[in-house]
Amino acid sequence: MAAGPTYEPIATQTLSSIAASVTFSSIPGTYTDLILVASTANNSGATNLRLQFNGDTATNYSSTRIYGDGSSATSDRTSTAVSMSVGIIGASSTEFGVFTLQIQNYANTTTYQTVLARAGYASGYVTLTAGLWQSNAAVTSVLVNSSGADFVVGSTFTLYGILAA
Amino acid sequence: MSPILGIYASSKPPAAPNSYESIATSTVGVGGAASVTFSSIPSTYQHLQIRYISKSTSAFTSDAFSTVRFNGDSGSNYAMHALLGDGGSATSFAATSQTNAWIGLSPYGPSVTAFSGAVVDILDYANVNKNKTLRSLCGYDKNGGGAITLNSGLWINTSAISSMVITATSFPFAEYSSFALYGIKG
Repeated sequence: MAAGPTYEPIATQTLSSIAASVTFSSIPGTYTDLILVASTANNSGATNLRLQFNGDTATNYSSTRIYGDGSSATSDRTSTAVSMSVGIIGASSTEFGVFTLQIQNYANTTTYQTVLARAGYASGYVTLTAGLWQSNAAVTSVLVNSSGADFVVGSTFTLYGILAA
Repeated sequence: MSPILGIYASSKPPAAPNSYESIATSTVGVGGAASVTFSSIPSTYQHLQIRYISKSTSAFTSDAFSTVRFNGDSGSNYAMHALLGDGGSATSFAATSQTNAWIGLSPYGPSVTAFSGAVVDILDYANVNKNKTLRSLCGYDKNGGGAITLNSGLWINTSAISSMVITATSFPFAEYSSFALYGIKG
């Protein structure tokens, strides 16, 4: 059994002004998994919350998702993209969507990196996503953006590390 | 503080209370493994969580399923419901009287590229007044293929869970598949 804390907060960011993106950098490689939890909305309209790792802006990202809009369920995917879609974010100054992103075995340098995401906001969508970053580099930074829109004031983003035995 | 809902954070992370503990881990070596076992699970936690990445050794063009069986019970005492998206359609399915609980998919293919990720929650695993319920989120993407699933499972047995066997159907788990069991205190 691992000694000490197993589920640790690494860093948190709370926006006091609008921002196009949020970045967590210098992520230590000492954990087993990362979890990114976000409570956020944008100032434009329903669009995809997106991730990039380690400053990689090449077409190394893809995702498969299932989502519901209150009347139907749909599954689609994106391939060979410059960022990873991990859920749908809505536009509001008061209704924030919730995103929980699991980045498992992020520090392993053998496999590509997989992300599992749960997300939703009540007046819009609920989504489940599996994402892929085609790189076997350890994740050392994560950038989150809202596909060209700005995150609103009060948005919070917290990165946790989980340490296995 | 609730160990699940009360997770807190700040820019100066304090030492978090040990309410979420690592129990055991298992990583598949060269040659693969048909199953992974966690045994002698202490009953001192409130909930269990399994976190894993997996891949199938199958070279065929179909995914392998991952299942779990508790306390060596191979009877028809399991049931499940699932929601699945494969990038083209959203489907739902269910099964009763199964000999294990379905928890996800492992992608096929011989290379060490896309592994599935999964988080499986088993609530009140030591409560002897309840049948056992699990929830699993599992998925993978292969840049042009993939699937995401959410399912609930039932073990019709009120015994405390003291062991579990996670099995890859049809083809073994590939090398580098990795499984970690955590206990969450109440």
